[in-house]
Amino acid sequence: MDVRLLQRQWVDHISALFFREGFLDAQFTQLQQLQDASTPDFVVEVVTLYFEDADRLLNNLWNTLSQPVVDFKKVDAQVHQLKGSSASIGAQRVKNTCVCFINCCEEGDLEACFGCLHRLKLEFTQWKSKLEALFRIEQQIVAAGGSLPMI
Amino acid sequence: MRIFWGVGKYSEGMVNVCRAMRSEIPSAGRRWWQTWTAWTLWILLMLVVWTVIHCYNVASTMKTAEEALVSMCDERARMLQDQFAVSVNHVHALAILISTFHYQKNPSAMDQETFAFYTGMTAFERPLLNGVAYAQRVLHSEREKFESQQGWTIKTMKQEPSPVQDEYAPVIFSQETVFYLEALDMMSGEEDRENILMARATGKSVLTNPFRLLESNHLGVVLTFPVYRTGLPQDATVKERVEATAGYLGGAFDVESLVENLLRKLAGNQDIVVNVHDVTNISDPLTMYGPSNSEGYTALSRVSMLDFGDQFRKHQMVCRYSQKPLIPWSAITSPTGLVVILMLVAYILYAAQKRYVMVMEDCRKMEELKFQAEAADIAKTQFLATVSHEIRTPMNGVLGMLDMLLDTDLNSSQKDYAQTAQVCGKALIALINEVLDRAKIEAGMLEIEAVPFNLRSILDNVLSLFSAISREKGIELAVFVSDNVPEVLTGDPGRFRQIITNLVGNSVKFTERGHILVQVHLAKHSNIPTEGNACSRLNGLDTGKKISTLSGFEAADDRNSWENFKMLLSNDASQVNGFSSEKDLKNVTLIVSVEDTGIGIPFNAQDRVFTPFMQADSSTSRNYGGTGIGLSISKCLVELMGGKINFKSKPNVGSTFTFTAVLEQCTERSGRDSEGPPFENVPTCFKRMKVVLLDERPVRSAVTNYHLHRLGINVEFAQNSKMALNMLSQKNGCLRIGTMPKILLIEMDCLSNADVCLQKQLLEWKQNDHILDAPKVILLGTSESDKAKGESLVDIVIMKPLRASSVAVCLQQALEMENRSRKELPNRPVFLGNLLSGKNILVVDDNKVNLRVAAATLKKYGAKVECAESGKDALSLLKLPHKFDACFMDVQMPEMDGFEATRQIRMMENESRAQARIKAASSPNGFHREEPPHEQHLPILAMTADVILATYEECLKCGMNGYVSKPFDNEQLYQAVARFVASKPIASS
Repeated sequence: MDVRLLQRQWVDHISALFFREGFLDAQFTQLQQLQDASTPDFVVEVVTLYFEDADRLLNNLWNTLSQPVVDFKKVDAQVHQLKGSSASIGAQRVKNTCVCFINCCEEGDLEACFGCLHRLKLEFTQWKSKLEALFRIEQQIVAAGGSLPMI
Repeated sequence: MRIFWGVGKYSEGMVNVCRAMRSEIPSAGRRWWQTWTAWTLWILLMLVVWTVIHCYNVASTMKTAEEALVSMCDERARMLQDQFAVSVNHVHALAILISTFHYQKNPSAMDQETFAFYTGMTAFERPLLNGVAYAQRVLHSEREKFESQQGWTIKTMKQEPSPVQDEYAPVIFSQETVFYLEALDMMSGEEDRENILMARATGKSVLTNPFRLLESNHLGVVLTFPVYRTGLPQDATVKERVEATAGYLGGAFDVESLVENLLRKLAGNQDIVVNVHDVTNISDPLTMYGPSNSEGYTALSRVSMLDFGDQFRKHQMVCRYSQKPLIPWSAITSPTGLVVILMLVAYILYAAQKRYVMVMEDCRKMEELKFQAEAADIAKTQFLATVSHEIRTPMNGVLGMLDMLLDTDLNSSQKDYAQTAQVCGKALIALINEVLDRAKIEAGMLEIEAVPFNLRSILDNVLSLFSAISREKGIELAVFVSDNVPEVLTGDPGRFRQIITNLVGNSVKFTERGHILVQVHLAKHSNIPTEGNACSRLNGLDTGKKISTLSGFEAADDRNSWENFKMLLSNDASQVNGFSSEKDLKNVTLIVSVEDTGIGIPFNAQDRVFTPFMQADSSTSRNYGGTGIGLSISKCLVELMGGKINFKSKPNVGSTFTFTAVLEQCTERSGRDSEGPPFENVPTCFKRMKVVLLDERPVRSAVTNYHLHRLGINVEFAQNSKMALNMLSQKNGCLRIGTMPKILLIEMDCLSNADVCLQKQLLEWKQNDHILDAPKVILLGTSESDKAKGESLVDIVIMKPLRASSVAVCLQQALEMENRSRKELPNRPVFLGNLLSGKNILVVDDNKVNLRVAAATLKKYGAKVECAESGKDALSLLKLPHKFDACFMDVQMPEMDGFEATRQIRMMENESRAQARIKAASSPNGFHREEPPHEQHLPILAMTADVILATYEECLKCGMNGYVSKPFDNEQLYQAVARFVASKPIASS
């Protein structure tokens, strides 16, 4: 595929992620800035770390919430962790959902917590697929010998 | 979103209150019923009390009445008896009289006339007797003889001649009142006959039954008394008595009228009813006196026995009240009064109790409201903190993007837009920070630091912030620090700078012409002029006087005019020598004034200048912008620094804000040689250089002198161009080449007013600048236009505001000093990369993603980063001695959180320090130390996602040096890192 077309696609994709859909925030651009010649795969590496981390946390959350007696403190701590990593990665919508989750948790509303968990999973899955698509395009650009355009 | 929760919570609270009130309503109703029951019971009790007291009173009244009745009745009975006895005694005496004078005298010494006369005269002795009569005992055998003797025949009671009887008792003597009895046979009446027989048998007086008397028809009784012929022994028998009987003396008691007479004489006659009865036959009492039917008050009566001296008859007196004794008013009033008093007491108690309950209820409500208000206040502060943080985060994103945008290729207009957007964004961030400051101050969480800093360079920094705008506006911006203000002070430079920036910013905003002058003096020296000149300007007599302020414009507070300035300077000079002796004084009170010649503050708004969110007038914010929060923050900060802020302002003349601040003198003189940042970085290559300053205005020349003096340059002042030229040429002539002033500084307005001579000279110098001796000419200009004007005549133009560093740069340019060293010039701004490059930094976070990002960010700035995933790992890595220069620590971690880890690290450090001290003390050479002291305190910065004030407090409490928010923000990271890294010179570089 034409590199320029790919680059264009990439820009469309990322601007949609940033501006129209609000999946990403400035933190992600900072991550991209951190990526340089010495650490060419920094973003992918961190995002992959985040995927694993988030997957684990979501499973833990599901387990914790499924207990007969729900330990809200534990839930709160886990969601806080997820919120922290999401903030670091710039996953804005996931982070916002985490904030909602924490509020529900503070109120001790189990039903709302489950609602939040579902939303969180949904957001996370969407985010993951978007990012994976983005990375695919990036790989294609790199493979085609092009460079990533500045955003 | 918080706001809505807040409202929700509040409304929930209201609902709770309402619910509580609703639940209280039945209890209130119950209480109402209880109250009424209590009142009813109390009233019943009162009725009982009333009745008891009343009955007692009535009873005691009745008892008194009865006692009175008894005594009255007895008294009457006794009197009647006495009177009766007196009468009977007298009759007895009469009997003896008759016996003596009628029977024992022969012939009889007594006849009817004598008897009548005597008895009439002695009637007063017998008040109870109507009259007395004497009847002689005449046997039938003696009748004729008797009749013939008397000359009348014996008649019966019915005035008939008496039939034949065994014996007769005709009346021979009679009192006049009963003369009709004469010749009547007393034995002819059944009653009298029985009496007579009884009397002569006993020898005592005898009474008849009561009967109607002949004449008066009153009830009466007849008393009969026997008269014996000879002295009879006391124990004579009945027969002897009958034999010895000579006659009978009788008298009628008119009991009714007599008793009435008697009673009339006694007190209380009307009140009682008296009855006298003959009760010989107890079953049929005969009424002798008084109403037969039982009239009067029968419930109370008294019976007194009467003894009339007749042993066969019994009499009694019965007394009653004629009417029921009156119940006294007191029997009603006294219980009523008592009841009223008790009711009042009960009411007072009830009212007091009710009031108490009401007050308690109010108090409880107040407490509740107070609690709610406090909660709302806390919520507000938290809300402010949170919201400002929440706004700051996206704003940082916006600014970051703008930064990136500016790095790209943009055409000039795009660049302009982007720059404008960035400026606006920065202004917004600044505003949010102000709000956050305000919230912090309100929550009492702002603390003033105490670090050494250089006041002069801070002021220079502030000035450089406003230099662009002041040039644009053509305002003269200047700073002057008195010589005796110590170079390094200990205090909070950030806050000090904030105050000055705020005041100068305000001044710049509101000033269109003239000047803004910042002055710093020691408080004790500036006190004197402050008081001395307070009123000189008030009279408005200044119109003719030349105003000698910095720019020649009038200022609101004439404290800064040249006259005072001179005084201050001379004070300074005189104090400089004495100052060293005062070095030991720890506290230094600075007085800082910011004077402008702007629009001033209207008089009516002057008292609310320091109120938050209040501007002088609403149109101000339209014309000049701003929130009005700055001054209130400044005031708080000044107060935190132990000072006061106030101002003088005249509309259309200007304002002068003055504040004092108590700072500590920096005692660490030993650190001076290390050239740490607190000490001013000014080039030293100008030392002992000489310049001539041509300036008409003394204040301005003092300011210029201040800056040059900091560079070590000696200044000679020239008031006009002639003097200046003289100075330059004279020195030339005197061959004192070595000390010749090399530079002429000219103020812009002096140049434009300068005479032809100077202009010519300048032109000459300019054209022949190869002449070695020609002094360099430097122009001091305020605006860009000055620069253009002056460039033709002078070597170089220095743009105001003057700063030591900028002056130095210009001088270097002018003198083309090639030996200038970059090291000596202040290298600002110091970038994050410089700060962090080569540093060993430990990052602790349990979240791998965060850890990775933080490490990458720090690496980007050249730091050598090591990672630890838990507090325990970090502790093991930080075992002393270690190589790290700083540590970034996540706050929330499982097992051991950041606070705990920091506490342990600090503990380790303290222990090792103590050990080092012991070692140092025990080693013979006290100066030898194992490790330099600064390495023992590892800077630890908290990394936290939510920057709430309390978290920051806790960070400091457990020994952390500061905090940065996650994800990293360049500016914040720089500030946090600069605070501790910059204080340590990079050893390796």
